[in-house]
This record gives sequence, C-alpha cells and structure tokens, in this order.
Amino acid sequence: MAFTLKINGSSHEVDVDGDIPLLWVLRDVLGMTGTKFGCGQALCGACTVHVDGQAVRSCQTRVDSVGDSAVTTIEAIGRAPQGAALQKAWLELEVVQCGYCQSGQIMSAAALLKDTPKPTDDEIDAAMSGNVCRCGTYQRIRAAIKHAAGV
Amino acid sequence: MDRLILTEQIADETAMSRRALLQGTGLLLGFALTGASTESVFAAPASQVVENEVAGTFAPNGFIRINPTGAVTLIMPMVEMGQGVYTSLSMLLAEELEVKLDQIQVQHAPPNHALYVNSIIGIQNTGGSASVRAFWTPLRQAGSVGRNLLIAAAAKRWNVDPATCRAKDGVVFDASGSKHLSYGELAEAAAKLPVPPAANVKLKNPKDFILIGTRAKRVDSSIKVDGRALYGIDTRLPGMKVAAVAISPVLGGKAKTVDEKAALTVKGVRQVVNIDEAVAVVADHMGAAKKGLEAAAITWDDGPNGKVSNADIVKQLEEESKKPGAVARNVGDVGKALAEAAQRVDAIYQVPFLAHAAMEPMNCTVHLQKDRCDIWVGTQAPTITQSLVAELTGLPKEAIKIRNHLIGGGFGRRLEADGTVLAVKIAKHVDGPVKVIWSREEDIQHDMYRPYYLDRLSAGLDAAGKPVAWTHRIAGSSVMARYYPPYVKDGLDPDAVEAAAEPPYALANIHVDFVRVEPAGVRTSWWRGVGPTHNVFVVESFIDELAHAAKQDPVAYRKGLLGHNPRALAVLSLAAEKAGWGSPLPARHGRGVSVQFAYGSYTSQVAEVEVAADGFVKVKRIVCAIDCGMYVNPDTIEAQVQGGTLFGLTAALHGSITFKDGRVEQSNFDSYLPMRIDEVPVVETHLIKNAEAPGGVGEAPTAIVSAAVTNAIFAATGRRVRSLPIDTNSLKSSS
Ligand code: FES
Ligand code: FES
Repeated sequence: MAFTLKINGSSHEVDVDGDIPLLWVLRDVLGMTGTKFGCGQALCGACTVHVDGQAVRSCQTRVDSVGDSAVTTIEAIGRAPQGAALQKAWLELEVVQCGYCQSGQIMSAAALLKDTPKPTDDEIDAAMSGNVCRCGTYQRIRAAIKHAAGV
Repeated sequence: MDRLILTEQIADETAMSRRALLQGTGLLLGFALTGASTESVFAAPASQVVENEVAGTFAPNGFIRINPTGAVTLIMPMVEMGQGVYTSLSMLLAEELEVKLDQIQVQHAPPNHALYVNSIIGIQNTGGSASVRAFWTPLRQAGSVGRNLLIAAAAKRWNVDPATCRAKDGVVFDASGSKHLSYGELAEAAAKLPVPPAANVKLKNPKDFILIGTRAKRVDSSIKVDGRALYGIDTRLPGMKVAAVAISPVLGGKAKTVDEKAALTVKGVRQVVNIDEAVAVVADHMGAAKKGLEAAAITWDDGPNGKVSNADIVKQLEEESKKPGAVARNVGDVGKALAEAAQRVDAIYQVPFLAHAAMEPMNCTVHLQKDRCDIWVGTQAPTITQSLVAELTGLPKEAIKIRNHLIGGGFGRRLEADGTVLAVKIAKHVDGPVKVIWSREEDIQHDMYRPYYLDRLSAGLDAAGKPVAWTHRIAGSSVMARYYPPYVKDGLDPDAVEAAAEPPYALANIHVDFVRVEPAGVRTSWWRGVGPTHNVFVVESFIDELAHAAKQDPVAYRKGLLGHNPRALAVLSLAAEKAGWGSPLPARHGRGVSVQFAYGSYTSQVAEVEVAADGFVKVKRIVCAIDCGMYVNPDTIEAQVQGGTLFGLTAALHGSITFKDGRVEQSNFDSYLPMRIDEVPVVETHLIKNAEAPGGVGEAPTAIVSAAVTNAIFAATGRRVRSLPIDTNSLKSSS
C-alpha cells in the first residue's frame, strides 16, 4: 500500500502494509532515527511523536491511521517554540545521560507545554509518567520542564 | 637504553593505532561539535569515518589527533553510555593539552588492548566505575606530551627556548605574547618531532587545574536533544536488511517448527534464518520483520532446562549455603567469640535475579564477507567482542572491524558479546549487511542476569552491644569465574565478596566465605554495582539489625565502629547532618542510613520513607554524601548520584526476574517495572573535596541505596526487609 505522509512539513511516499507501525516507517523506511524504539507496546514513550500536535506512541500507531495528519518528530520539534525552549533547558540543566529516552521525553514535554504552558508538578507527572528513563534523569527532566515553562 | 626502547614502543603503538583508524574503526559520534546542520546528518552515512589520515596529522599517542586544518580529535578509550565519560576523559586530556572542550571532537576508540586498556580491569572494558581512576594519569600525560611537542615545534620555528613559550586554548604563544601559532599550524612540524616517554612529562599541580574539577558542559548533550546522536540501533548502510529475532525461550532449546512460508508472504520479508537456538526474519524494515516473525508461529523444543524454576534454584542455594565456602577473610577467632557473646543475632538475606533493561534494546549490525567482518554495535568490551567474532568466523582479529557507538544504557549488559555473537551467526546466512534488533521481550527474557544470592550471617554482641563476632557466607553464581577466570583463586571470587570481606567497621573477629552455586538454565553477568550492589544491602542491613539489638541509634552505633576509618566517618556524619538525622517524623515515616567503601570511594546515604497502611512505600528523599577523592566534574557526579540511586532503588522496589518451566516470567515494562517520574524521590548530593586519589562514582549510589531504604522501612514500621524486592504486603499496618 502506498501512503503519503506529512512529516516535519514535507511529504514522503512510502509503500508498506497499512498495519506497519509509524515508528518503523520513520526509522527504517525514511531513515529518521531520532525517534527511538524502546518497548514496542506503548509502555516506555521512547517512540513519542506528535500527530496533529498530540503526543502519540509511534510504535502503536498504524501507518494507515495517520492519513494526512501532520507528523512532527524530534528532528523538527526545535522549530516549535516549546520544543526550542525545552531543548535549551535540557542543555542548560544537563539533563541527558545515555540520551536514548530523551527524544521521547522532549516530545512528551513539548505536547504538555503546548496545552499547559505553566504545568504543576502533578500535571508534569501525568504527562511524563509514560516516558521511562533507565538512566534516572527524572529529577532534571522535571526541573528542565519548569525552567522552559518559567515556573 | 631503557628510554630508547620505550620511545620505540610508543612510536610503534602510535603507528598501530593510526593503522587501526585508517581501517575505519573510528566513528564520529556526532556532528554538533563540528557545527554541521541536522539535515546533513541524515544525509551522512551513519558510519562516517573521521579524516584521520590527512597528511601531516599530529598523532603523538593513541588519544590525540590534530590535523593541519586545526581539527582536534580526542579518542575515547572507554565508551559513553550516559555516565559522562566522554566529557570527563576529554577534560583530563584537554587540561594538559591546553584546549577548550568546545574546540574538540571526540571519537570512539577501536579495539586495541595496547593503546586503550583499562589498567584497573586489565582489559579494554568500560565498567567497574573504573574509567576516571584508570585514565586519571595516562590521559593527563598524553595531553602533556601533546602540548610539549606543539610548544617545541613553535619554539623551533621561532628559534627560542621552549621553556619561554606557553600554550592556551589551542594556541602557542612566545614569551612576549606577540607571536602565536595555532595547534593546526603546528601539527605538521610537531608530528616530525620525537615523542617523549609519557612518564617523563611534567603534570600540572592539581591546584593549577583550570578545567578538572569544574562543571564543564557535557560534550554529547546537544546531539542527544534533537535526535542526531547515533546509537548502534541507528546504523544504516546501503543494502542493509533488518532482522527481528526469536530466541529459544528456554536456554539450550531449539526451534521445532517454523512456518517459513507464512513469514515469507509478509510484504517486505526477504528471508527466514533458522539457527536452532534462534530464528530470525530478515526484511526491508523492522515492521515487516516483526510481522514475519509472528507469522512464522515458531514452536520450540525446550531441551534439558525445561523444568528450571526459581523455587528449585532457591532450594539449591539454601542447601549449598550450609556448607563452608572459599574463605575471603578470617581474622581472630569467630567461633570462640560467638560462643562467648552476650547476645547472638542470625539472619538470612536474599536478592533476586535482575535484568538490565537498558532503554536501547540489544542490537548489532553485521556485514560478513569472505575476508572480513564489519560490526556496528555499542559495546563496553570491544576487544573481547573482536576476539569472539574472530573465533566464530575463523577470520584473523585484524579482519574484524568493530565500530563502537554511543550506548543507550549499558549497566553491564554490553560487557557481554552474546548479542554480537548471535548477530554474526545470523549474518552467516545473509548476503550483505544485516541489523539484528531484539524486541523488548527478547531483551528482558534473554538477558544475562545479576545472580540470585543467598547470604547467611551471624553476629555476637558483648554486654555493651558491640559486635565481637561477625560471620557472613555468600552463596550464588560466580560471574568472575566465567568472565575473568584468572581472577578467581582457590574458588574465591573477589567480586562476589567485594564490600562484604572488608566492611568499613571495626570487627575484631570476622569470617567471610563464598559458596559458588551455578543455577542451571540461567546465564548470569555483571549488573551496575557488581558485587557490592548485593553485599552492601546485606552488610548494611545486618549492621542495622545489630544496632537495634544493641538498642542504639543506627548512626551512633556505626560511628562507634568507625573510629579507625575517618573518611567513612566523615561521609556518614555529613549525610546524617544534611538529612536532619534525629529530627522528629510522623508515624509510619522513617529514616535509614547506609555506609559503603567500594570502587575506591566512600559513600553514605540517608533515605526518608513513608509506609502507607496498605504497605505502599513512598521514598521521599535521599541524601547522599560522597568522597571520591579528587574529582573531574561535580555536575556529572551529581547526575550519577541521581541516576545511580534510582537504578538501585528501582531494583529494591520492583526488580525481580523469576523462572518457571525454564522460562523468564517477566517480558516488558509492565512486568519488569521501571521507576517513573511520578514515583521518584528528590536525591541530594553532598560532595567532599580533598586531595585523595580519584575514586569511582557510577555504581556507588546504586549499591548503597537499598539498605538505606529498607533500614528506613524498619524505622517506620519495625519490619525488617531481608529479601528484595521489598514485599509491600509484609508492611501492612496491623491495626
Ligand atoms: S517503543 Fe513505543 S512506547 Fe516504547
Ligand atoms: S538518559 Fe538514558 S534512558 Fe534516559
């Protein structure tokens, strides 16, 4: 099946079965490896991308469900003001360790700040608890979200 | 004469490393440092090789490459897996080389024992919290050698005494400061000068450090916030296929039936590879490969381990641990002291098998050809990996090219080459490069686990409550006996007893031994914190039991036994003070303490917990004091204390791998639970500054945290936790 996907502002043609997860289309078919595979079961958030501004787990998003929605990945999140602010805060607070989960963390945080520009701790917990970091950078993730949000 | 030989040897090693790099084993790990845009990263092949061999490159040793364009490349002997080692090792080099961190790029070292061995471990392995300790002197020497040669080249050009010149930020200045030449301009001339022996160069007095000891920014951050960082799993090569793999659920089992035809009908699937122990479906992309693997509906022949169960493994440990083991320490007369003691305390402790569950699942890309084998992988053990692949393929080691990568979490898992070996076995049947990726389920169910240990302890207290006898028997698998057999002498595994053989306390009569018990059907290996992760939990829990038996405060009791050990006493006092030890807490709240000497560092933690009526444990705050001697980057240390603590705490609260019918019962993050952001406590770090030799940090907080938490649970509830993970059912309020 051929699909035309709108990703980071440009169109991409792919020819795969409709039930193939968006994650593998991004990583293997289109070579955009910033979006990570962690669990394949919507349990870790490493694969988080935005579909029409909503954070979704691309490992559980069938490519035929995307339609002409706009997909944004970590490679382009810096073009959005929340994404840029978060990336800057991530660098200022030295959040990353191995870094493998951080694409997903930033994508979840960007979706949070878009809808909730001044999140409380509880709102951060709710938006971010789907994102696992085995290196344990959570304390700095929380601080960086607040830093980016100016709270 | 001696010096001449040494010079020759160094020159030879340099040539060797240059050859290795020329063969393309080095990778640029990111592009941020050279200022390239995101777009060009996607255009660039994942395996872009640094242009090392630009004519006139200055390469005085295995660690420094400066080419005439001015690019300064530092080659990292240890691999980056989050611990910040590319930053701290760069800082050691840059301090003496006199370059700024934003003037360098870093590169993964190829396997090369002679150039890049970790002197503490004896192999080019990243582990044991040993990187800074092992490279503290060699990298500063390497930097100093480089700086001296660049200064000498400038002095020669200006016809002045090198002693009158100085270097700063990659530029050499003459005495007046009016003449200056950049390192790039000097590279070609410096490359022609004889290299002095590293041991002969002068190093800065630590009080003159300008970079070491500062909160310098990580060199790998910017590529990790916008998707540019390349991990092994991100490898992309022309013509590459992707393989999903199913490994026999029981160790030693074989595939019985594979519906190859069904797999091949899936769009994008190219090939099914059955190597008995595993089946791989090779496809154009992972989505097709996974779908094909499901369609293959594999059934398995379990083989001899189909009956393995946790209950049997524990029963075996219970039995074997009744027999004496290899003696790790025997001081005084424990038998007599125990018999004469006023009070006796006995306990059995148990800790479970643990998976590593790093966020980047196991993966490896292999291109096997007639005369060479190229490997793209993130590994903590490049030389071991190279040797094993050579053995497996029958090719000479030089034909095995290991391209190391950033690792998406190591924790010891990537000290093992089993993932690479499996990928090579699959690649033998595939034409062209193939990337083998394990699912999360495969990753958790075919890990090499932290061993299950069962410990028996007894202590005798005198009338004043002081411990006059201490015996500790550890029973479990010996990772060391399999991994580094020469380090095991007379059956004694030094890792299995580390931090148990020599507790920090004054114990006049002590006997510690180790009984090796290998569980059938289970592979064991290194896990963050290694031996001390289990031993410190046991020792620090038991000393807490003794304090209770002696009716003394846990901190005061420990202090009374640390008079001879000022550094341990200092971290304990600092942690207790910062945590507000002794200040009142509400009901079912408690504080617990633990103290540790391991990896060359002294650490103490105080945990504060609240135990709900239903037994739920909320860890509210962890205060950590650490004395790791002279240190490189305090920000990295704080990050490691935060992350390392959570790694250990996750295991204490949730971590357990169990076996039933030879199979691992956990499979993904819903059954092998990671801590999440809504669960984590605040972790505070208090760093002691002194001039002692550097100690390791990455594992210290992981090893120490469990006991602090379980001791806090005891303080809150009066219930002693003697096995992990913490069983919240046993902590329910009786009222
Ligand atoms: S890979 Fe999608 S949530 Fe884990
Ligand atoms: S930084 Fe390593 S998993 Fe989050």
